[in-house]
Amino acid sequence: MSTGLFALLALLGLAALFGAILGFAAVRFKVDADPVVDQIDSILPQTQCGQCGFPGCRPYAESIAGGDTHNKCPPGGEQVIQELSELLGRDVLPLDEEHGEVSDVKKVAYIREDECIGCTKCIQACPVDAILGAAKQMHTVIVDECTGCDLCVEPCPVDCIDMLPIPETQQSWHWEKPTGVTHSPKGRDNLIPVQNL
Amino acid sequence: MVGRRLWQIPGGIHPEEHKSRSNTTEIQQGLIPSRLVLPLQQHLGAAAEPIVTVGTHVLKGQLIAQPKGYVSCPVHAPTSGTITAIDEQPVHHPSGIEGTCITLEPDQKDEWIEHHGQPTFWELERSDLLSLIQESGIAGLGGAGFPTRVKLNPSSETPIQTLLINGVECEPYITADDRLMRERADAIVLGSYIMAYLVQPEEIIFATEDNKPEAAEALSDAIDRIKAHPLTHHDRLSTLSVSIAVVPTKYPSGGEKQIIQIITGKEVRSGAIPADVGVVCQNVGTAYAVERAVCHGEPLISRITTFTGEGLYKPGNYEVLLGTPIEEMYDQVAVREHRIKRLIMGGPMMGFTLKSARVPIVKTTNCIIAATADEFPEPPPELPCIRCGACADACPVQLLPQQLYWYSKTHNFEQAQHHNLFDCIECGACAYVCPSNIPLVQYYRFAKGEIKAIELENHKADHSRERFEARQARLEKEQQEKEAKRKERARKAAEAQKAKAAKKAAQEAEKEAEKAADKESNTAAAAGTATSDGTNRSSTTEKNLSEKSLEQLETAFNKAQKKWKDARKALTEQEKKGSDHIEAYRNKVDKLKAKMDAAKEALNQHGSAATQTAEATDITALIIAAAQARTDVTKAEKALRQFNDQKKSESDASSDPLSDPSSAPSKEALEAQLAQAQEQAATLHQQLTAAKEAAKATDETDN
Repeated sequence: MSTGLFALLALLGLAALFGAILGFAAVRFKVDADPVVDQIDSILPQTQCGQCGFPGCRPYAESIAGGDTHNKCPPGGEQVIQELSELLGRDVLPLDEEHGEVSDVKKVAYIREDECIGCTKCIQACPVDAILGAAKQMHTVIVDECTGCDLCVEPCPVDCIDMLPIPETQQSWHWEKPTGVTHSPKGRDNLIPVQNL
Repeated sequence: MVGRRLWQIPGGIHPEEHKSRSNTTEIQQGLIPSRLVLPLQQHLGAAAEPIVTVGTHVLKGQLIAQPKGYVSCPVHAPTSGTITAIDEQPVHHPSGIEGTCITLEPDQKDEWIEHHGQPTFWELERSDLLSLIQESGIAGLGGAGFPTRVKLNPSSETPIQTLLINGVECEPYITADDRLMRERADAIVLGSYIMAYLVQPEEIIFATEDNKPEAAEALSDAIDRIKAHPLTHHDRLSTLSVSIAVVPTKYPSGGEKQIIQIITGKEVRSGAIPADVGVVCQNVGTAYAVERAVCHGEPLISRITTFTGEGLYKPGNYEVLLGTPIEEMYDQVAVREHRIKRLIMGGPMMGFTLKSARVPIVKTTNCIIAATADEFPEPPPELPCIRCGACADACPVQLLPQQLYWYSKTHNFEQAQHHNLFDCIECGACAYVCPSNIPLVQYYRFAKGEIKAIELENHKADHSRERFEARQARLEKEQQEKEAKRKERARKAAEAQKAKAAKKAAQEAEKEAEKAADKESNTAAAAGTATSDGTNRSSTTEKNLSEKSLEQLETAFNKAQKKWKDARKALTEQEKKGSDHIEAYRNKVDKLKAKMDAAKEALNQHGSAATQTAEATDITALIIAAAQARTDVTKAEKALRQFNDQKKSESDASSDPLSDPSSAPSKEALEAQLAQAQEQAATLHQQLTAAKEAAKATDETDN
């Protein structure tokens, strides 16, 4: 009888001890996990275009964290959906066409400066402050800062903003992916057939 | 030279050399072409900036574009002539994308700008010598084009032990360095000494392959000859040991990290530079260019380029002016244009196909292969990987090409990076041995490009996020400021309003005080009595009130009349006296007259009203009484409600002002009081209606 009681007490004592140690460790060595909103936000392309229906990428990230679907980002396309699915453990969904289509060509806004009347409406619309100008002065787009979100095009009263594709430069160019096994050797003229040496 | 210990590099291949096609003839001088196209980017780093304008006449060796930043190189005019354009032209890039170039139309005079060498360079300051090399536009001529000044000025903490002069030239077809070593070994050795003077190594090692014995011999002779040069007895160079290392022929022994490993046994770890292991490695062509620049004052305006391939009759090495379009060389090298299937810049392993024959020769162009269809046929179709592992055996940097291939193919770039994709030197050995004809290197190039693009995009996204957040913060701040301003304004307005109200209240209070006596005596008091005394007495009170007010009005009229009379008297007196204030007196009289008239009017009205209404109640008093009655009704209702709500709360009911102030509020009397109040309310309501009717009647009669 007393042996059983002793064993029970010993086990309870050990449980309490380890529980206390674990509890202390949980508090003392707590790892601040990256909040999921930040992680989602880091995956989103940060064009701040609002095509998802939210005023910027972060609000959409917050909404996704709150249970919204993660397929409303046309600039991110398939890749962002894929990454978000991995992060959140959700199914990979096809892009919601309602919010726009994926465009392969990256674009930037260009203001036809002769036609600009200096109304500042595009400046107010730009989510990343990429348009420079003042009231009744000509405006211009800082190309390096432009995310190509399109938001400045609509407010322009004289339609002097064009979305132009970014030209490929020697710096931005890179080799294409080889066409692979099932394809004919078409488009491989750039390859040097080293085996024929 | 004999007995030098050499190390092995892993992997490597032994492709057919095809070198004899071009290395049997002496270096020939390239002709001055009809135009020279000089790209601003012929080196690694930032592109140069043109300092000439279209139409400028320049002399041979004149600076036409200056470097931008530390890792950059200037560009010089290769011959005398006129600048005809600064625009986009096809350049040496596998994409075929055009780059900015300066076009020079030679005048065929080949007139040098004033220049002089520094044969006694050791008298110069080290920094001056370095800037002389930089100003001469020398970039690594081996193929990468890294600015030589940067390499000769190592910032590494490790002292430089070895200056390695790389004459290995392991890639098939290329013989430019071979011919250069054979024919101009003296200059190469002297150039190497100049570089040794700058980096202060313990030894200079000339490395070459055993398939170029003539080159090794020439170098050896040159080293013997230079012993007579006064330079070798200079303090800084007297203890220098100079030797030649002949390495076995194997591709890619000529890679910088590979040749360092073979000669010194030291491996340059991933991400490090040779200076970190105490080695500076320079190409023989670069050594030659340094000698020309320092001892002769000639900037880098020409280079030795191998022209080879089945597509031309006169293969060989040509000293061509930089900027010479390849098509301008066609005549001299006797190209069979119709036979050329593809034009390759660089070697067959690491070079790329040119999209245009207008591309100019640049500082890094060591070879041009004009290949026929037989020589380089269409690549055979890619077959599935059979996991044979031949690529891993061939890899000189011990990567796992097969894994990299899978990861690159499936866009698993993270894994590809874990497998050190960026340590791949793109030598092509893996693709060369692949039995499935997989263009492995292109997969790696694609993956590298994608990773860089993704990194750039991420960087841009971060930047955009920052800007977006900054904007949000700014807008919020603006909003808050606006809000604060608005609140401030509202607060000020409220204060002003308060002050105004207080002022008004004070004024009103004064007025009230003035009128207090009158009011108390007539209307309010009368009404108060009327309500408190109940309905029965109200009519009598009203009668009393009307009598009272009639009396008051009469008194007021009499007073006014008296005042007016006095005033008139005073006025007449003043008129007699002819006073200045006569106008004021007159005004006063008028005012008093008006007052008196008003009082008279009121008296008359009152009198008529009193007579007209049957019950003889004063109309004003009646209205007030009616109002009071209304209030009483409401109060009575309220009391009733309150009572119903909380029967126990006696204090509430008893303190209710509607109850008769004389009757003591008690629990027992509550019911009776309530009934009385209700009754009172009802009667008052009747009274109110009656009063209203009376008022109406009065109004009508007045009208």
